[in-house]
Amino acid sequence: MIPEPYLQSLQGGAIIGLATALLLLLNGRIAGVSGIFARALSFRGPELSPNLAFVVGLVLGPLLYSVVYGTWPAAEFRMPLLFMALAGVLVGYGTRLGNGCTSGHGVVGLARLSPRSITAAATFLTSGVVTVLIMRLLEML
Amino acid sequence: MMREILRTLVALIAGVLFGFGLALSGLLNPERVRGFLDVTGNWDASLAFVLAGAVAVTALANVVTKVLSKPALDDTFHIPEPSKINAPLIYGSALFGVGWALSGLCPGPAIASLGRDVSTIYVFVLAMIAGVLIHSGQSSSEADC
Repeated sequence: MIPEPYLQSLQGGAIIGLATALLLLLNGRIAGVSGIFARALSFRGPELSPNLAFVVGLVLGPLLYSVVYGTWPAAEFRMPLLFMALAGVLVGYGTRLGNGCTSGHGVVGLARLSPRSITAAATFLTSGVVTVLIMRLLEML
Repeated sequence: MMREILRTLVALIAGVLFGFGLALSGLLNPERVRGFLDVTGNWDASLAFVLAGAVAVTALANVVTKVLSKPALDDTFHIPEPSKINAPLIYGSALFGVGWALSGLCPGPAIASLGRDVSTIYVFVLAMIAGVLIHSGQSSSEADC
């Protein structure tokens, strides 16, 4: 049997998959959050209103969760703000340079067996694991 | 015009589902995300299950796209053509991985957490926007040359 938290993760993942399936089969678009967010930020482009709508929906989703379950999903924020700011710049810049993040490359790209996405996912997983390892060695965790 | 309104509605619903799925899966908790990357410490396999569920459903949808000639609300599928694995892909993904590990946040969970009053999230998303703008500033100056 799969332990309860992991079962929830699997269910949550399937719902994320349903969202990407809708966007793909109805709109013909890839559900890559970093790309959609960057295009919505530019406030131009042919798909501006769907892009903005997706971002608004993304914010509404956890609010719906909190209405259904009566509480916000658990989250701990332990890192100092300066750290989060540095990390945010790296995530924003890196996902644009690499043309995708965990959703576009990780979910959609892997499902399509795209060599570029497989390479991207292997790269960000590796650099992520190495970074956490360094954080452990520096006793930041 | 009508189709764009419908596409906007579909995108809104897809966004809500995506955000709900993130909330249910535990990915709005940065410590659990970092736990997945913490292979030598207290490893948390949650993210592997999220990915497995999401990839499985998306792969099914992908099979359907091979049968359909076009999506329901557009004239063509906007799917990137296979292209080369190049340096920006590697460098960008490597930088993203560092930021992801430092914060425990990637773009989806960060934006999805905006409905909650946590200053850490606001700082992260503002910095992420700065990162996006730095990149678009660079690429537009390249295009001008």
